[in-house]
Amino acid sequence: MKSLCLHPLLAPSSALVGRKVFANHLTTKCFPKQLRFHSRYVVVSSYSSSSATLSAESEVDKKQVFDGDEAALLVRELRNNFDSGKTKSYEWRISQLQAISKMLEEKENEIIDALHKDVSKPRLEAYITEVFQAKTSCNEALQELKHWMKPEKVSTSITTFPSSAEIVSEPLGVVLIISTWNFPFSLSLDPVIGAISAGNTVVLKPSEIAPATSSLLANFLETYLDNSAVRVVEGAVPETTALLDQKWDKILYTGSARVGRIVMAAAAKHLTPVILELGGKCPAVVDSNINLQVTARRIIAGKWACNSGQACISVDYIITRKDFAPTLIAALKEELENFFGKDPIESKDMSRIVSPTQFARLVKLLDEDKASDKIVLGGQRDEKKLKIAPTILLDVPEEAMVMQEEIFGPILPIITVDNIEDSYGIIKSRPKPLAAYLFTNNEQLKKDYVDKISSGGMLINDAVVHVVATRGLPFGGVEESGMGCYHGKFSFDSFSHKKAVLYKGFDSDPDIRYPPYTPEKAKMLRAILDGNIFAIILALLGWSK
Amino acid sequence: MVFDGEAAASLVKEMRLSFNSGKTRSYEWRISQVNAFLKMVVEQEDQIIEALRSDLAKPPLETVVYEIGMFKNSCEVILKELKQWMTPEKAKTSITTFPSSAEIVPEPLVLSLDPVVGAIAAGNAVVLKPSEISPASSALLAKLLAEYMDNSCVRVVEGAVDETTALLQQKWDKILYTGNGKVGRIVMAAAAKHLTPVTARRIISGKWGCNNGQACISPDYVITTKDFAPKLVDALKVELENCFGKNPLESVDLSRIVSSNHFARLTKFLDDDKVSGKIVYGGEKDESKLRIAPTLLLDVPRDSLIMTEEIFGPLLPIITVNKLEESFDFINEGTKPLAAYLFTNDNKFKEEFVKNVSAGGLLINDTVLHLVVHSLPFGGVGESGMGAYHGKFSFDAFTHRKAVLYRGFTGDASLRYPPYTDTKQKTMKALVAGDVTGVVRALFGWS
Repeated sequence: MKSLCLHPLLAPSSALVGRKVFANHLTTKCFPKQLRFHSRYVVVSSYSSSSATLSAESEVDKKQVFDGDEAALLVRELRNNFDSGKTKSYEWRISQLQAISKMLEEKENEIIDALHKDVSKPRLEAYITEVFQAKTSCNEALQELKHWMKPEKVSTSITTFPSSAEIVSEPLGVVLIISTWNFPFSLSLDPVIGAISAGNTVVLKPSEIAPATSSLLANFLETYLDNSAVRVVEGAVPETTALLDQKWDKILYTGSARVGRIVMAAAAKHLTPVILELGGKCPAVVDSNINLQVTARRIIAGKWACNSGQACISVDYIITRKDFAPTLIAALKEELENFFGKDPIESKDMSRIVSPTQFARLVKLLDEDKASDKIVLGGQRDEKKLKIAPTILLDVPEEAMVMQEEIFGPILPIITVDNIEDSYGIIKSRPKPLAAYLFTNNEQLKKDYVDKISSGGMLINDAVVHVVATRGLPFGGVEESGMGCYHGKFSFDSFSHKKAVLYKGFDSDPDIRYPPYTPEKAKMLRAILDGNIFAIILALLGWSK
Repeated sequence: MVFDGEAAASLVKEMRLSFNSGKTRSYEWRISQVNAFLKMVVEQEDQIIEALRSDLAKPPLETVVYEIGMFKNSCEVILKELKQWMTPEKAKTSITTFPSSAEIVPEPLVLSLDPVVGAIAAGNAVVLKPSEISPASSALLAKLLAEYMDNSCVRVVEGAVDETTALLQQKWDKILYTGNGKVGRIVMAAAAKHLTPVTARRIISGKWGCNNGQACISPDYVITTKDFAPKLVDALKVELENCFGKNPLESVDLSRIVSSNHFARLTKFLDDDKVSGKIVYGGEKDESKLRIAPTLLLDVPRDSLIMTEEIFGPLLPIITVNKLEESFDFINEGTKPLAAYLFTNDNKFKEEFVKNVSAGGLLINDTVLHLVVHSLPFGGVGESGMGAYHGKFSFDAFTHRKAVLYRGFTGDASLRYPPYTDTKQKTMKALVAGDVTGVVRALFGWS
């Protein structure tokens, strides 16, 4: 579950100031309309309250409220700037991409610091999954943009002879990007890079659950980029709702399926197309015909060394054969100790859980009766540090909570089967995930898996890396895990309108097209449509002017 | 039997079971269905022509060319190209994931004649809900598809709002909807003198020769210069008479208005005070036959009813401007249309038009024809729609492009994994930056 702004933050030690805390506090089980009302009400009361506990909020009072009017003004301004044509030029787009490149070089440390602050992300992990990911995106766009922007010539047939045709990519206009907290930097910047390379103006709404990164993005994008075309709106539910009321030309949302529905419903009012990057339970099927050590290491890399399992493409659960499970578990235990030491909670190479709410949710999954006696490794937790040790569960029942929802944390259930083929049924009984993994050397098994299992993307013999720094593959979900995709050229295409253009001349304007419709004309037209050269000749011969 | 929520749910369940059985995935099944479609339109051509004549008084030639002809073309494109479309697309991979190979595997989305054949080509099970406003065609489609197609995977549900609502409450993997929404179309004309008759004929063909203006890509209105307008109007008058004779209401080559509701709607445009006196040709109507003659209006006010709504009928307003460049602003002020047309020989102007006018599709020096070019995507933008289909775009629209990366177990450097030491950091950074020297230096501890 990757709900961003709709998850409450309850911890008194939270870094967020009062207004945001209150706004989130009331959002647990409300419908959006009520959310808005509650949030507004709270904002008003906080202005008028003079209680001591709200002293932090007095700073917020001075900040302007970003409401519907503000949002409308913002969109209008960006639309005017878009209409001026400046973002359409190759030069402008390149200048912005170069500015982003510069920012990534110059501010690398600040970015990594912010990520560490928000989720205790280890520095190397932050570099590879966030900074490097953004750099790769940016470089690819810089290198390929000229080529991407070129109209694509397409062939025409005898029916429109003589003619020429092409598909012209043009920007959509004003784009809204709603980002999330687990990879708060790259999941914000990657779509922004895509939208800019396609020539749009952009508003980015980063997640308030990663506040250090959010304010860093607001600060840096303002400093480095063209403010008349690229803006950041910080905030939580009220601000997001205000933004979603406006008419955008495209929205890209990364987060949970639940909020994805809200975004899509809001977009439907304006016929705004959307890209939804959601989640799901990403399974990893592990065969016995593998390189055990490498498999164990890669599973760990795709789970605990990946934001402590808090990633939409993390390995959620494993399916393996009954008789192989002990071997796999032993290998995982050994490699986990190699990676994180004997006391993983103390390791600085593992991220923490992002918030007390998420922590509480994960603990609930572990402490449930059905699951608590299935723990074969780990289970330790430290509420103060917001850390949970890498935990493996063996053979939890299907009805356990941990098998019913997306885990998004460092808990790994292992489900066992008699035959590896039984895993297909287990995976297919659930909504389609964003990613599906398979570890095997068996070529037939690979083929079957790719053929039978539907997911956003798939990776054989590794986890997660198909998304990080891999050119040429679209990143997106299917069914509950999302719609649309991006990355590389797919970003450019997703943020463009592919306009069909057909050019004709004035010569060759045969009468046969026009009324009055005679049987001779009909014969000729049919022959041409059928591309049937003999019929054309016959018709010509039989038809005299 | 009433087609309600329960019926819809059980239909979808059945379709999903059929899809899950895997039968629609095979190349053979898809080809068999496309061939069945071709057989159907060839064997039943007369019935199809008759149904459309009954629904719209559509001239047989229009049916043959636009409906059957284009559909046959779509099928043939699929027969020719499907194998290639179904082949996974190899994608490049980069140094960070070496050794590996990647591909994009097209797979069908489960669970609507051009969109239907596109969905089938992509290996889906399909439910088609035809429009109840053309009842003869709807009934014919239901009958023929039941006869020719694999009923376990292709079905037709007839009905109106209730049935559509019941269907829309179900979970589908994709929905293609064609219909209401603001789909304005624009025509601009700036043709030289001797080319005017051709321009006029092409406008006529795209307007009145296309379901009598009841098409989403018919030219809705024309913009031209004050100077040129009279010449254009004269040319249109001459060519309209050549095409439909002196008494167009009697011409068999002109479709009728589909229903009395639409007839009333169109009459309202003509009765609007603001356009009285602006009719320069036509205007005749016959309510009993639901016929309206080709009608030209010159210089209607921009706030008249006819200029604020999609016309979808045989009325053509001509707006005049001083300089043709003003037309760009005029068009861009409105919502983005499904199609925009330009008639000119001026190459610079063509360039400016393509650059500055946003629409689903553009056509220079003709109307409507871009629809038949299968290599061009057909779809709208903004208010005129989202997504596209035709040719391979249909296949892609009804397909999920699954990214697949294959790796082996070799090439597993420990520097990917924790514990993250300084050396690992430096080497990793150099490696991902493609900096070979940096990698070597780091590995040897020199940086």
